[in-house]
Amino acid sequence: MFANRIFVMALTGLLALPALAGLDVQQWRTANGARVYFVANHDLPMLDVSASFEAGTARDTEATAGLSRMTHVLMRLGAGGSGVDGLNERQIAERLADVGAVMTQSQDADRATFSVRTLSGALERESALKVLQAVLSRPNFDPAVLSREKARAIAGLREGETQPEFIAERAFSARVFGTHPYGLHERIESLAGLEATQLAAFHRQYYRAANLTLVMMGDIDRPTAEAIAQQLVQGLPGGSAAEPLPVVSQRDRAETVVVPHHATQSHLLMGLPGMTRDDPEYFPLLVGNYILGGGGFDSRLMQEVRDRRGLAYSVHSYFLPLRQRGAFEIGLQTRREATDEALSVVRATVQRFINEGPTEVELKQAQANLIGSFPLRLDSNKKIVEHLAMLGFYGLPLTWLEDYPRRVAAVTLEDIRRAFRARVALDQMVTVVVGGQVARGGK
Amino acid sequence: MPCPFVKIKRAPVHSILGLVIGLILGLMPLATMATVSERLLANGLKVIVKEDHRAPVAVAQVWYRAGSMDESYGSTGVAHLLEHMMFKGTPKVPAGEFSKRIAALGGRENAFTSRDHTAYFQTLQAGHLEQAMALESDRMAHLTLAPEAFAKEIEVVKEERRLRTDDNPHSRLYEQLMALAYTEHPYRHPVIGWMNDLENMTVADARQWYDRWYAPNNAVLVVAGDVQADLVFAWAEKYYGVIPRRAIPFRKVLTEPEPPGGRHVVVRAPAKSSVAILAWPVPRLQKPATDVEPYALEILAGVLDGHGSARLPQALVKTQRVALDVDAGYDPVSRGPTQFVISLTSMEGRPLSDAVDALKRELQRLVTDGVSEAELARAKAQVVAGQVFQQDSLFYQAMQIGEWEVAGLSWRDRTVRFERLRAVTSDQLRAVAEKYLRDIRMTFAELDPLPMPLASPEGRPAAASGGAHVR
Repeated sequence: MFANRIFVMALTGLLALPALAGLDVQQWRTANGARVYFVANHDLPMLDVSASFEAGTARDTEATAGLSRMTHVLMRLGAGGSGVDGLNERQIAERLADVGAVMTQSQDADRATFSVRTLSGALERESALKVLQAVLSRPNFDPAVLSREKARAIAGLREGETQPEFIAERAFSARVFGTHPYGLHERIESLAGLEATQLAAFHRQYYRAANLTLVMMGDIDRPTAEAIAQQLVQGLPGGSAAEPLPVVSQRDRAETVVVPHHATQSHLLMGLPGMTRDDPEYFPLLVGNYILGGGGFDSRLMQEVRDRRGLAYSVHSYFLPLRQRGAFEIGLQTRREATDEALSVVRATVQRFINEGPTEVELKQAQANLIGSFPLRLDSNKKIVEHLAMLGFYGLPLTWLEDYPRRVAAVTLEDIRRAFRARVALDQMVTVVVGGQVARGGK
Repeated sequence: MPCPFVKIKRAPVHSILGLVIGLILGLMPLATMATVSERLLANGLKVIVKEDHRAPVAVAQVWYRAGSMDESYGSTGVAHLLEHMMFKGTPKVPAGEFSKRIAALGGRENAFTSRDHTAYFQTLQAGHLEQAMALESDRMAHLTLAPEAFAKEIEVVKEERRLRTDDNPHSRLYEQLMALAYTEHPYRHPVIGWMNDLENMTVADARQWYDRWYAPNNAVLVVAGDVQADLVFAWAEKYYGVIPRRAIPFRKVLTEPEPPGGRHVVVRAPAKSSVAILAWPVPRLQKPATDVEPYALEILAGVLDGHGSARLPQALVKTQRVALDVDAGYDPVSRGPTQFVISLTSMEGRPLSDAVDALKRELQRLVTDGVSEAELARAKAQVVAGQVFQQDSLFYQAMQIGEWEVAGLSWRDRTVRFERLRAVTSDQLRAVAEKYLRDIRMTFAELDPLPMPLASPEGRPAAASGGAHVR
């Protein structure tokens, strides 16, 4: 009854809330095919620029695993050729630093992104964007830099192979995705074999205007934004958009993998292929997962595993929405002697959720939170830029954000039961245990 | 995810430098200060409000001046344990309800504990701020602390320690470094607590801690966002003003003597790369208007490691290739004696001593030759730009006010800080490097990697396929 009252309040607040009304998002395409989003905002004298390319790790192959990442890493380590206009890695870092600009990079299975945050004064802005332009369109791929970065990547891999969370994630994604490129992971041999010419070819193939979503937000006007977009895309390689990724196959059986490890805790992961970014079941799965394991202390898994039994510091579940089905994952860490208990608690909780679905009270609470927290998703330039980049990259309409609260509110108990029965079946799940059950005092 | 967590002190944001500094400053109003208001309630609670109307959102943070440095032997970890227990209910708001009600309002909430403080926060639509303040004030004075809830929660905290420290060689190394770098000051204890103290902790320890430190006159409330300061002050009076002031135990002066010579500790653990952490005691910021050395140390950290081609990454990682990574950090805002810390990971196939020697050569070069004007300007440009960038985050703005206040500084001095950082000279950098970063004052912690045990502890052999087997 308490939750009901709050729910009404939150919804009321929401209707009064101009979701994107205060936000004038301008949208256009460049002549060579890049999607551009621009929001003028003069509150702070700064500018954010984000460039996302269809150049994620799923563009690797078994033999070249690591190519997409090394390409992304090397792009900012030397660009513009070796002539007087060229910048080596030191000059790139210093040019940005001289004007206080910050360049960050991120990459996932689908996407490779460069982001620049700079003061918006013409001098600082132009200096920072000139560097970004060179990095995006004319990277050098210096073999000496590549050899150093390969050595660092291989050392990082060897270190990771000692860590239970790293071992668990690799074993998990390899089995959830089988031969699909979402399941690829870097190996020492695949990294060692990479050549600078392969990086240059990868860049030509994927860092194209047709694969680019460009987002700008900050203290500039529309003509300036258009000029920046033109400047950033003009030198990009031509050609058409990347081929679609293959569809992820549904699993047909359960599988449990135990990897021995010396750690005091076992690391548990369970899951299977989940949902796509444009999935018709996106909202039922989102709301349902809040109740199962996504809603922090509101979630059933947190209550069963942590609050009732003190078995773990954290336990989570999430759907990672990608172009193709990303993983649905449940994860926790627990003391070794509690491994089997934690595993059976998770399985029973999931099974009960699939069988019975959530209660009305749980559904209302989830909706109240997801809807009421909506303004928090857009309360800074950084978050607005990230959301626009996501929408543009996945080809979702701008109305997706405006519709979000309404679509969350429309989810019913039956929607959640249907979606979870169709997507989350224990008899198809991969379970990975790094560590494993050991009798108390056995360690 | 919203679990209470132990705060790892962030390294200060530093970087780089600008030849164009005059231009940048021209367009950079310190508008931040104009919108902050402060009020002291009769019961001693300090309330600070920063209005920022860019989004219909507010953040509320309550900071208690009680962290692990206020603990004693035998009860380390109690500050953090109490932080967990703060979510376990009051007579009016039963266990679990706090989080549930904030979630129902669309809010996000959490808490963190550090050496210096414990803080609780909610971020939510500005229209719901009053409800969050009502809930937070309730647990300042009426925590239940039920033995059954304690018994569950102490197990959760032990799992947290296993996850964050016991199974993480780098965390263990840092823990050992601190235990050695401080001999008298309680900064030698880890925030999460030693496992033996967690094993022996009782609900009475938590009760005693709560009774001792959780009082309005030992707290600061910071609110930032789309709010009217007068309204926030009125709510603060309504919800917090009714909580009586209580006597706070006298705080004895805690110091750390000058080290008698170098110190060295080795942690042996399964890992691949060797790691070294070097730490030197240095001054903290105490008089923002007149201090010199803390500002010089902050800029020094920027010169050494403020961007990809700053001195240490350039020399150790890129040119000489003796290190995989290097990191320099210094946090001037602290209640207790602080340290300048540099950590590095050695390059595969090279002894750790190669990287450490290269680091020492760089420090010597800095003392001998100083830094160029360009390097200095680059470090300052980062400070200038950072001053603008950090205004994009409500949470961070509130966080800075809270950190300064519980460290005994005033948010008003952040303007002075900015001016003082810009005034740092190359000679001042040389002077602090020479005075403080010397071997005989240094604590040196080394991770000596052991091979992975081939079999799991119960002796089950690893299978051929990558050490995995299927059951």
